[in-house]
Amino acid sequence: MRLVTSEYTYDSKVEGEVIVSRADAVINWIRKNSVWPMPMGLACCAIELMAAGASRFDIARFGMEVMRFSPRQSDCMIVAGTVTYKMAEVVRRIYDQMAAPKWVVAMGACASTGGMYRSYAVLQGLDRIVPVDVYISGCPPRPEALLDGMMQLQAKIEKEQSLPRLFQATS
Amino acid sequence: MTLAEVPSFLEEFKPQPRPSSDCPAYEVPIEALVAVAQKILTEGVYNLLVDITAIDYGVSSDRRFALVYHWYSIELKNYLRIVTFTNTPLPEPSAPTLSHIFPAANWHEREVYDMFGIRFINHPNLKRILMWDSYPYYPLRKDFPLAGIEVPLPSPDTTEATGETVIPAPLMGGPFTATGGFSSATREPTAKDES
Repeated sequence: MRLVTSEYTYDSKVEGEVIVSRADAVINWIRKNSVWPMPMGLACCAIELMAAGASRFDIARFGMEVMRFSPRQSDCMIVAGTVTYKMAEVVRRIYDQMAAPKWVVAMGACASTGGMYRSYAVLQGLDRIVPVDVYISGCPPRPEALLDGMMQLQAKIEKEQSLPRLFQATS
Repeated sequence: MTLAEVPSFLEEFKPQPRPSSDCPAYEVPIEALVAVAQKILTEGVYNLLVDITAIDYGVSSDRRFALVYHWYSIELKNYLRIVTFTNTPLPEPSAPTLSHIFPAANWHEREVYDMFGIRFINHPNLKRILMWDSYPYYPLRKDFPLAGIEVPLPSPDTTEATGETVIPAPLMGGPFTATGGFSSATREPTAKDES
């Protein structure tokens, strides 16, 4: 039997101006299409991040062009570059200042694992100080790789359990 | 000027020529360092202090730390290298500061202090410039392991939030270390484990 999908979704004759859906689906749909990144540019990856934001690669196609340099106004920290131990404190503090819901993208080899810097001065992986949602490989990653990573993040946001967390007491 | 020829304005300090493949290089006693720098300034030929660094000749060496100064002559377009040995024994090797003669020395001396632990006497602001202030070691000394030493994170609140510390990161196990079994012609460039 062939299903005519329009009958099973929204029919204005039957439902009038009411749309029935799951709260999670609506919340996540809103969240994933307006990710406001906080560009935590620490090294050469930040150059690729800028390229991703400019006209040739155009991160605006995915609803993420509103880069905010204030952690209070952004919900996705893109850590682009080498995190030294001296800088780790700042990264952690900015993460703490961001309002939930928030996500973290480790862009490039350095942010993900310390990369080529097996050193007394460099944090060996961003996930040691903040929870990381997406790791992007590359040294530095191409802007396409960053865009792919951000689309993976969108796919992840889409599957989140958002409703219970809305009513969770925040510490 | 050939490499062996001592610049006339330095002759009074009896500098010892050092082997050098590029520019004139001389060793002066540390007591004469300030006077040499003052002379270089007043002479005005080598008018740009471009670099100060240090060499650690190893724990067992009786003349362990050498300070290396480079002056550049904008007029002659060449360098002058002056080397001096700190003669104060560990744990606090020291040298006179040149920051009141060449202001460029200020940050260079802070870097040498940060990496080698050489105190510069009368420096106006001798504190670490690369590592954080509470870091307890001098990373470029020969007795500091390449992988690093475990210490607390710079800020206590990050430690409290994450429970992490500064960990040693040996090359072995890292992404750029040869694990053997590959032809060096075809594998990616990798380093030997020297930690």
